[in-house]
Amino acid sequence: MNRIEKRFAEYKKNGRKALVGFISAGDPSVEMSKKLIREMIAGGLDVLELGVPFSDPTADGPVIQRSSSRALAAGVNMGVCFDIVRDIRSYDADVPVVLFSYYNPIIAYGERFYEDATAAGADGVLIVDLPPEEAGELTDKWPGNELVVIHLIAPTTYDERVKLISTASRGFLYLISRTGVTGTGGIDIDGVGRYVDRIRRQTDLPLCVGFGISTPEDAFAMAGHADGIVIGSAFEKVIEKNPDNPDLPKIMGDFVRGFRGALDRY
Amino acid sequence: MFDYNYPDQRGHFGEFGGIYVGETLMPALIEAAAAFEKYIIDKSFLAEFNSLLKHYVGRPTPVYHAGRLSEHIGGAQIYLKREDLAHSGAHKINNTVGQTLLAKYMGKNRVIAETGAGQHGVATATTAALMGMECKVFMGVEDIERQQPNVQRMGLLGATVVPVSSGTGTLKDAMNEAMRYWVEAVEDTFYVIGTVAGPHPYPVMVREFQKIIGIEARTQIKELIGRLPDVLVACVGGGSNAMGLFYPFIGDEVEMIGVEAAGEGIETGRHAAPLCKGTVGVLHGSKSYLLQDEDGQIKHAYSVSAGLDYPGVGPEHSLLKELGRVRYVPVTDDEAIEAFKMLSRFEGIIPALESSHALASALKEARSRSKDEVILVNLSGRGDKDLAHALAIIGKTTK
Repeated sequence: MNRIEKRFAEYKKNGRKALVGFISAGDPSVEMSKKLIREMIAGGLDVLELGVPFSDPTADGPVIQRSSSRALAAGVNMGVCFDIVRDIRSYDADVPVVLFSYYNPIIAYGERFYEDATAAGADGVLIVDLPPEEAGELTDKWPGNELVVIHLIAPTTYDERVKLISTASRGFLYLISRTGVTGTGGIDIDGVGRYVDRIRRQTDLPLCVGFGISTPEDAFAMAGHADGIVIGSAFEKVIEKNPDNPDLPKIMGDFVRGFRGALDRY
Repeated sequence: MFDYNYPDQRGHFGEFGGIYVGETLMPALIEAAAAFEKYIIDKSFLAEFNSLLKHYVGRPTPVYHAGRLSEHIGGAQIYLKREDLAHSGAHKINNTVGQTLLAKYMGKNRVIAETGAGQHGVATATTAALMGMECKVFMGVEDIERQQPNVQRMGLLGATVVPVSSGTGTLKDAMNEAMRYWVEAVEDTFYVIGTVAGPHPYPVMVREFQKIIGIEARTQIKELIGRLPDVLVACVGGGSNAMGLFYPFIGDEVEMIGVEAAGEGIETGRHAAPLCKGTVGVLHGSKSYLLQDEDGQIKHAYSVSAGLDYPGVGPEHSLLKELGRVRYVPVTDDEAIEAFKMLSRFEGIIPALESSHALASALKEARSRSKDEVILVNLSGRGDKDLAHALAIIGKTTK
């Protein structure tokens, strides 16, 4: 069992809901990013989705597009992402880290991706534009199974595909709450709840819901249906509002505590 | 005989092509692929498509012997497939008639498109007007600036032009934004992609709608010269006019040349030539040659022609390159402008800057070949849209 599977198994046993958080690696700078992540984990983040920046993030809305550009401007590439993962492992041996990427940077990194990602301490990959139909060309060549592949499910995903996707996934399934790109619109809790329940009937994998969750209240409400919630654009907005603020790590840590508290109340 | 049977069931052209998109779009693409497979062999769909090509688009477009130009060059004979004479001024209309009709058969009444030079946007707006559909066209702010007449045309045709300011404000960014919008509106909206790029089924679908160019050209050139031509030449941005011309000749003993935009020169880095200078990667839903840096970040493409200004290329071209079936060559801005002037002066035909790239390469080839050889160039579009831009450049260089 890798760290992701271990954590979700534990949480299932004691009824705890997971707080999954996305930030772009190296936004606004590599040093600040390392501090932010440390504070976020201290604040109660359960799974880190570390965004590998890409020049053309077609599945993302303006907030994450901008964070990706800032990270690229800060010189982030896959090597720097691995460096950030190593930094996390220097103080936390348990927190699961998922590399959240578009496919092209992974292709460009080349054949050592699996070895280098696992050596750095990463536990999974979520590749936004790599559906299970095509994923074999990457994962078939992997020399081990320490790195899990997490796939997404969308409201448009019909049942036959749910089966295909859950068979191809390990760790958890990422349920996109709405049709649309990241960071737009709100969340229709009841509608999303029914959709989570529909997927639940078809898989035993833990289900985490993302897209459109921006407040601890949303998080609390979603906890009634999902095993975890994913926050992305809301975290990036905090970075965007405080680009030069030396207190940014503390502000972010407190922001994370707000969500943690809401989930723990459930 | 060249053994060629691509793509496979899931849209792979050898190692290229495929479907690489977010899950939200997967069902829509699977649906589009199924609909395309069904209707491309459906008698009533094909009858309607072919009737529109004939009576609305004005097909067949002629093949014309550019005699004065050939004589001036003093080498091989140059013939032009006159896609510039198609309704709305370019080959793009063949594809938009096909895709918009398909959207209608699928019960969708909204289409979106991306555009660079505006030619695909105009063609989509045209067929959307024809079929009474709502139409949104995504266009980079930089291109809106360069291509005002086409922006005005789209407005007149009832389409909404959505300015895209992210990135470089060109075709690549327009495509990103169209994909984002599509994710939002995927339930009732059909995305009309303008070239043989994008996820499956687009590369094969656009090829099938464009292969009429090559089918006609094959018959026409035989009637004119009693045999097949020695060489085919077409420009390649995304590559739809080239695929349209090349595909019906793939099994023949005919040389094929795909011409990429070398911009300020292939060694300057300021170009749009992924097949000549790129590496393999995934962008906009398929695997193909791309302009990218060593970290897999997409580089900015540059060309004097907004229609060629794209860092990727259709996956089938990548395969044809690997197979060695098509030779891909670069042509600079200056060479294209020179060809633009020559065709205007010698034949009274003002070509699009895209097509001028193909012509420039054909002129080079013709010079080194004998008078009884025949080169057929796809004149993919007319130059009206480029006049202001091209004249400004010509004015600068002649002063």
